[in-house]
Amino acid sequence: MAEPDATEIEARVRAIAAELAPLEGPLLPILHAVQAACGHVPAAALPVIADVLNLSRAEVYGVMSFYHDFRAEPAGRKVLKICRAEACQAMGADAVAARALAALGVDWHGTTADGAVTLEPVYCLGLCACAPAAMIDGRVVGRVDDARLDALIDEVLA
Amino acid sequence: MTLRIYVPGDAAARALGADEVAQAVRAEAARRGVTVTLIRNGTRGMVWLEPLVEVETAAGRTAFGPVRAADVPALFDAGFGDHALALGPVEDIPFFARQTRLTFARCGLTDPLSLEDYRAHGGLDGLRAALPMAPGEIVQTVTESGLRGRGGAGFPTGLKWKTVSEAEGPRKYIICNADEGDSGTFADRMLMEGDPFALIEGMVIAGLAVGATRGYVYLRSEYPDAIRVMHAAVDIARRAGILGAHVLGTGPAFDMEIRVGAGAYVCGEETSLLNSLEGKRGVVRAKPPLPAHQGFLGRPTVVNNVISLASVPVILARGAQHYAGFGLGRSRGTIPVQIAGNVKHGGLFEAGFGMTLGALVDDIAGGTATGRPVKAVQVGGPLGAYFPREKFDTPFGYEEFDGAGGLIGHAGIVVFDDQADMLKQARFAMEFCAIESCGKCTPCRIGAVRGVETVDRIAAGDTAAIGLLTELCDTMRDGSLCALGGFTPYPVMSALTHFPEDFTAPRKEAAE
Repeated sequence: MAEPDATEIEARVRAIAAELAPLEGPLLPILHAVQAACGHVPAAALPVIADVLNLSRAEVYGVMSFYHDFRAEPAGRKVLKICRAEACQAMGADAVAARALAALGVDWHGTTADGAVTLEPVYCLGLCACAPAAMIDGRVVGRVDDARLDALIDEVLA
Repeated sequence: MTLRIYVPGDAAARALGADEVAQAVRAEAARRGVTVTLIRNGTRGMVWLEPLVEVETAAGRTAFGPVRAADVPALFDAGFGDHALALGPVEDIPFFARQTRLTFARCGLTDPLSLEDYRAHGGLDGLRAALPMAPGEIVQTVTESGLRGRGGAGFPTGLKWKTVSEAEGPRKYIICNADEGDSGTFADRMLMEGDPFALIEGMVIAGLAVGATRGYVYLRSEYPDAIRVMHAAVDIARRAGILGAHVLGTGPAFDMEIRVGAGAYVCGEETSLLNSLEGKRGVVRAKPPLPAHQGFLGRPTVVNNVISLASVPVILARGAQHYAGFGLGRSRGTIPVQIAGNVKHGGLFEAGFGMTLGALVDDIAGGTATGRPVKAVQVGGPLGAYFPREKFDTPFGYEEFDGAGGLIGHAGIVVFDDQADMLKQARFAMEFCAIESCGKCTPCRIGAVRGVETVDRIAAGDTAAIGLLTELCDTMRDGSLCALGGFTPYPVMSALTHFPEDFTAPRKEAAE
């Protein structure tokens, strides 16, 4: 998919921002919608959102960069999240994480060179009674042992 | 004859293959020409048995679990009767039979998005009881029930509502804190996915009580299933007139929206949640002013946890005394304990306050999944203390846990076996605080980073740094603006106090 040019981004973002601006506290819904539409929050989107909401560009950047969810760069075609919180630790999540990092050859938040997958830590998916847990593009997976992780890795690299 | 089969649509069940089981049920029914009504219910909370399939029989619902898709043909062969996975009547399973289900009475029983089911099982009784009451009477009922904030702070819900009801403002808000970020907790998720109308009903009642006309659920982005179900439930409730210009056709206006968080743990703290909802950085606000006086957009605001709000309908329906009749000391009613981590029987166990930690861990949870001895139990999420076996006689209650040097928080318990390295857990507590700190106050922002470094010094054999870590924890506890920096010392100091050998013994890594 070719990266849309700045004019196209601007038009798309302006439409999203204008539609959501009447909400009470519209900035997070706008950032979520932009990310859903573009796959990330492109730098070109920030001045447009600032303009529509009558904020400074720094304020919009400040909000966008505060939250772990919003990405300034596109992610891989799939996003694999592995829970690193305590309940999963108690069931061996550290070993699962180490295996995933090694298999994909990336660090946390890293994307494989072929752009197939981005690996991210997550702190709790609420699957603490069937730990360790993972999520692949919004699909949840419980009791992730070596075999299940390997299957997930095969799936994201396929 | 139509078979009624229930396969949970809850995220934990789906994480264990419930979608595949549901698909297999449909395929097998079609292959055999059997008419099946398949209902994707919430979970009963017995997660170790998920996917837990239930079938309606003349004698009630009987359960099978854990079911894999490959087991489905054999279940049909057995006529959903005698089979190796048969568990008998679902509500007779000891883990379930021992509970007192008030807040979670419908969870797992009903189709989460069927209003008909909801009404048939006591739904809207609370709201109907509240509608003719004066706002002050509703507040009084909630006060008398003894309900306290289930998010962790344990602040009396009735008192919070009274403050908002007496505050002046052009508009008031009911905000549901569904930013359930604590590891080991999933009660909010389970309720929202399994009985979303209960939360909506609780928010409407709160609106009537304090004169609020608008509500928001601030729901964490890590819960895509809960987000989907809550959106659908709000739409259904609006179409049915439970929400809108006149609640249930005759009441005042109340409407609500679902807002999705963006992956910041600190937004579970109520003032940073308000900032986030307003579209700002999720930075903590200094109190006062209280959110009850100046909350969302500077207006009077109730901020309550999912479970607090979802417990309100049953309190109104059955009366304050019924709810207050359960519990221990100043902790009234029931608490949904979430049993997680290294346990044989993980899941949600709702019961009156008062059962001991030991009974929960050894008896109800059945010990560890690995079969090894329990070393420590973290109660109350990443800001909760690690309890050693010597403290297992602590009864579940706000004051009782405080007295034992801990907190119940959102009532998640995470069990660790004897393989756990408590220095590593202490380091993680500091690391997590450093990652999630909003940055506003120094003890949290800088302290957590220095905390990681200090634990690393101890790990490298510098035992003199133990005193430094203790002092740092004192500073964080006394000087932080909110519970993130203020409570991170709980896991760190409890690990250090109860498991000193993990901090002083020569370490493998250091020797290598």
